[in-house]
Amino acid sequence: MKADKTGVLTGSHVLTGNEACAEGALAAGCRFLGLYPIIPSVEISKRFLERAPQVGATFIQMEDEISALAAVIGASWTGKKSMTVTSGPGLSLMMEHLGLGVMLETPCVIADIQMVGPGLGLPEHPAYGDMMQARWGSHGDYEVVALAPSSPQEMFDFTIKAFNFSERFRVPVAIMSDAYVAQLKETVVIPPADKIIIEPRRYFQGPANSYLPFKRDEDLVPRMVDIGQGYRFHVTGLTHDDRGYPIMFEECQEYNVHPLVRKIRNYVDEIIDTQEANIDDAEVVVISYGAAARAVQKAITEARNAGLKAGSLKLNTVWPFPEKRVAELARKVKAFVVPEMNFGQIVLEVERCSSGHANVLFLHHGDSGIECSDGIVAAIKKASSMKEVLESTFELK
Amino acid sequence: MAVQRINSKEIHPMENLLRMDRMPHIWCPTCGIGIAVTAFTAALEKAKIDPNAACIVSGIGCTGRVAGYVKLDSFHTTHGRPIAFATGIKVANPKMKVVVFSGDGDLMAIGGNHFIHAARRNIDMLVVCVNNFIYAMTGGQVAPTTPLAAYATTSPYGCVEPPFNIPYIADSSGAVYVARYTALHVRRLTNALTEALNKKGFSVVEVISPCGMYYSRINRLGDGLDMMKFYHDNVEIRHGEDTKNLDIGFQTKIICGKFVDRERPSYMERYNQWLSEVKSLKKDPDVSKGA
Repeated sequence: MKADKTGVLTGSHVLTGNEACAEGALAAGCRFLGLYPIIPSVEISKRFLERAPQVGATFIQMEDEISALAAVIGASWTGKKSMTVTSGPGLSLMMEHLGLGVMLETPCVIADIQMVGPGLGLPEHPAYGDMMQARWGSHGDYEVVALAPSSPQEMFDFTIKAFNFSERFRVPVAIMSDAYVAQLKETVVIPPADKIIIEPRRYFQGPANSYLPFKRDEDLVPRMVDIGQGYRFHVTGLTHDDRGYPIMFEECQEYNVHPLVRKIRNYVDEIIDTQEANIDDAEVVVISYGAAARAVQKAITEARNAGLKAGSLKLNTVWPFPEKRVAELARKVKAFVVPEMNFGQIVLEVERCSSGHANVLFLHHGDSGIECSDGIVAAIKKASSMKEVLESTFELK
Repeated sequence: MAVQRINSKEIHPMENLLRMDRMPHIWCPTCGIGIAVTAFTAALEKAKIDPNAACIVSGIGCTGRVAGYVKLDSFHTTHGRPIAFATGIKVANPKMKVVVFSGDGDLMAIGGNHFIHAARRNIDMLVVCVNNFIYAMTGGQVAPTTPLAAYATTSPYGCVEPPFNIPYIADSSGAVYVARYTALHVRRLTNALTEALNKKGFSVVEVISPCGMYYSRINRLGDGLDMMKFYHDNVEIRHGEDTKNLDIGFQTKIICGKFVDRERPSYMERYNQWLSEVKSLKKDPDVSKGA
């Protein structure tokens, strides 16, 4: 399906990451924003609210982040594509409804503009400390999709992608950005509406009395209906059967919860998006995402100039994690270098997938020089000189 | 499980508004929630609400199960958040008639913040709050409505916290319609719900309900019938009573009636007014033009 022209501001613009995210949402057809203000995500709401009257979108500022995501899930059932925007402390509060969104299989998008945590942390200062929370923060077993843009252009592109995945798999999708990318101003090219591909919601078309809200199609994704159409359906956050009625036996784990996981895991190849550079002859591969990926680009050029065989694997999709590709590379390369703007989150996934086949060097947030590429080049150099697989590869200064 | 009918010609009068394939319901004998649901379904018919354009949202707890039994578009959501969820529905699709049906613990403790803010905004919805003075589903813990000195499993020496006066909170937060009845006052309750369903704005109807399994057992108050007798002897109907005077003590007089019925612009009315003003200005919003 092509994008609705009303929301698409075709042309070349100079936008911040936050503004690009709002434009991406409008281009994707998002027509409801439930929000609670938090730095550094407020510019997304500001832009969305300015544009809302033009495109016929509605919004509401709720009393906290808990209710913001609750309202978004409610709004999504009216047929409006819906999103909320937040930062770390807000994401913590949203975990309750991330779980509800997963259980009710409600398409919605959460833009998390990360800042330094924990606790009150350091608002406005970039970090990537919520990466694991986005994946594991709510209770119980589930899978979500999370994308990590590293430029305003990607903020636009990935926001559209996020809405498409959320409709395709009926799952909440997180955009894991940070204060740096969100406030960075760069050129963003917005294509014409007919060049933007939009995943339409999969509706049930049959008669009202035959609608089963959780009867799964072959790809395990059930079909939706909007409220107010006469279907008079029921959905519950409890484990449930196809009719949406509670089932309170342990069998529900297999019947209800397992498909929530499988509907994503079965389609990882469709979801996972990575960008590779200089991989073919690489001895050391730098795995990065988000803001850190920008420094990596420069570091790879510098390392190559210094005669080091360095390559880059940039994760556009962080969840589900590209396990297969990392495992493959682990058997080919000497070492991975993982620069992260936190104290070790995605590096755990890299270690898990390399299962002892390659060294993993971790560069953390703070004083390891990942912001200006020096630290990354030094790590590539160190990794190139390594001979054997170390016993303990996870080292912090 | 399908309902087995002894005489197939007999049809429950509310069958078209209830999910008969989910009966029997989970509520204990002598519980008042079923009465509240009967009054509500009767009110839906009396108020001539199109069941295809109405939805019901519940939270967690005994009353939280109501959404599962009422045959409208229905959502069983998280603990305390049904008002927030319903706000999203109402703002995204103002044509829907939105009802929140939940308990005192759900709406007044964990959901207290959402309650006062929805009232302040005057979101056009009906909130039915069944108040049984206790957390029943989890086994009789003290609730924000438990009267002083009443026993609960978490107030074994008597409740030391003063309870909320629900109509007073609703009134002072901005609700346009506030009423309270007990499960004994089926006719009055049905009329109040009918009125509230047709009222534009944030309406609250509190339903005092017996909890034969926990509240009255822990407090040695007898069974459901004894509670009904208590309501019969101790309820005073006082329409228009100042909501300040509606505190409920342990086995004291309960004042019921319609306390608030006033007009205030609803959230969507204000929102649409704002929208038409913005559109009539025809001002280009401050966004960068394409290069």
